[in-house]
Amino acid sequence: MGAVKIEHISKSFGDQSALKDINLDIAAGTLFGLIGPDGAGKSTLFKILTSLLIPDDGKATVAGLDTVADYKQIRRIIGYMPGKFSLYQDLTVEENLNFFATIFGTTIEENYHLIKDIYVQIEPFRKRRAGKLSGGMKQKLALCCALIHEPEVLFLDEPTTGVDAVSRAEFWDMLQRLKEHGITIIVSTPYMDEASRCEEIALIQNGQILQVDTPDNIRESYEQPLYAVKATSFYQLIKDLRAAPFTKRVEPFGEYLHLTTSGYFPEEAIYNLLKEKHHEQIEVKRIDATIEDVFLELAG
Amino acid sequence: MIKIFLAFVRKELFHILRDPRTLAILFGMPVALVLIFGYTVTNEFKDASVAIFNEANDDLSYQLVDHLTASGHLKLVTSVRTTAELEQAFQSNQVKMGIVIPAGFEDDFFRQRKADVQLIADATEPNYATTLTSYARQMIATFQQNQNGTSGVQPYQVSTEIRMFYNPQLEGAYNFVPGTVALILMLICAMMTSLTIAKEKETGTMDLLLVSPLPPIVIILGKVTPYAILSFIDAIIVLFLGYYLFDVPVRGSLVLLLALVLLYLLVALALGVLISTKAPTQQTAMMTSMFALLMPTMLLSGFLFPIASMPSLLQYISKIIPAKYFIQIEQAIMLKAAGWDAVAFPALILFIMLIVLLTAAWRNFQVVYK
Repeated sequence: MGAVKIEHISKSFGDQSALKDINLDIAAGTLFGLIGPDGAGKSTLFKILTSLLIPDDGKATVAGLDTVADYKQIRRIIGYMPGKFSLYQDLTVEENLNFFATIFGTTIEENYHLIKDIYVQIEPFRKRRAGKLSGGMKQKLALCCALIHEPEVLFLDEPTTGVDAVSRAEFWDMLQRLKEHGITIIVSTPYMDEASRCEEIALIQNGQILQVDTPDNIRESYEQPLYAVKATSFYQLIKDLRAAPFTKRVEPFGEYLHLTTSGYFPEEAIYNLLKEKHHEQIEVKRIDATIEDVFLELAG
Repeated sequence: MIKIFLAFVRKELFHILRDPRTLAILFGMPVALVLIFGYTVTNEFKDASVAIFNEANDDLSYQLVDHLTASGHLKLVTSVRTTAELEQAFQSNQVKMGIVIPAGFEDDFFRQRKADVQLIADATEPNYATTLTSYARQMIATFQQNQNGTSGVQPYQVSTEIRMFYNPQLEGAYNFVPGTVALILMLICAMMTSLTIAKEKETGTMDLLLVSPLPPIVIILGKVTPYAILSFIDAIIVLFLGYYLFDVPVRGSLVLLLALVLLYLLVALALGVLISTKAPTQQTAMMTSMFALLMPTMLLSGFLFPIASMPSLLQYISKIIPAKYFIQIEQAIMLKAAGWDAVAFPALILFIMLIVLLTAAWRNFQVVYK
């Protein structure tokens, strides 16, 4: 079925190396996340897997079909949602869906069961032009269009970028339900907090895969002690912590700093040190690593 | 596949019909261009200023002057007594045409049965000059007829000699309809197709189409077909307006003309596709079409400026401009009633251009999309 196998894929654009020796093995029916910042090579990898680009080196198969040799068959069994909202803004919701159904040789009715959950949410606006929809609605329509021909593998390139938090959460719920239809779903996202919604993730940076595992395993792979630290003078706090003898790394995380130490220290030790430096309203607590901590550790 | 193709064409028509700007270019532009070119390059005139240089001063010459000015189209502004005065009248833009009646006009007419009249026109505005002289010539012919009676035999003749001042190489007055057809087809076929394909690339929908099972050729055909049909209609509109508003005839075979319109249209489409394979955004496509297609089509095809009076470098460049050959074809068929054999050569060149462009577009397309 829809397994995806990537072996030693490399791709350069001129002098710019976009992907370096990528290897991935994604089992059929997995909800797989490709996590990394902008420019990491996520979209390039997607374009290779969807047969839009030819790799310089290596090979990839989607559902056992080679992305270069069997590109015609691949195009029948995949669904693709490109990075930005790519539907026809001047066509209505219904016309967009009909058009994509037709070019894949199917009809809305035939595969309505697949998109029903999602489509009912945008159905009240079916006569509205796609360009006039909100970000969340556009995203749902794009997903419907990518699903309309019942693909075996679904590629979603940053589907949640530019979408509000509620719609993002809803979107991930929809993906969970789609998985039950046995579709392999590969999602890319720059949002680390979305990683936990995937069954398996790959961290990607500068065209290289840093780590591949389940989100839990990846979090647990962070071996050093980690603390969340807060005080009134944020800037001074960073400076002081970076200068402290036990510090391995300090990263800002919202209103907290994430402090990694080279060995275990009781919270009080850190607290006292900061007290000596005249910090006020100090807060120090031991925490578990997030995906982002791991990412920064690996990428740093 | 037919069904998919039709769905494609339908979608494309929606794009066109829902975008006022596209609609304006498609249908407003041809009409506007014909009207603007038609009325600025008009062949209508009233009260054209004329100078008479009457060296004869005999009865018959006065009759001729009366005859010429009677219609009201020619207005006698001044009578001059020397060629220098006439020249001055031209230079001060006082008159547009001088009628020179040589000494002994009446004698020549009745004794030698052949008298001469010279028409000298200011050809800085070539179209105006030709219309003026041809009108005056006609008037002189009717004058001759009146003197002879309408019996058919014309024993006494007035021969007219025409001289164009300032710009001896004239382009025909009917130039603008063929030129407008050439321009409109280039504009719509090449520019609009390159724009619409570039738009799909820019918005990312091209990727969606390409990952579908549609062969790229169907995508391209689906995109260009509506424009091909609409621009063909445009060509007919322009010919129609030219015929009814400006009396620009189609003297030769209309079928042959339309067949060659189709050939030129394909050349323009191939150019548009070629540009779009190279241009990543609508803006690039627009700029490229403007500078590489529209400007040369307007300036170097012989539409606005006669090729013969261009510097030789530009004359060479004009040889690779499709519109040049197409305008030749149109002029031959529309104005000279030429048949297939007369236009075979320019048609062949267009055909070769088509093959070259299609091959180039196809190769580019392969590089970009496979």
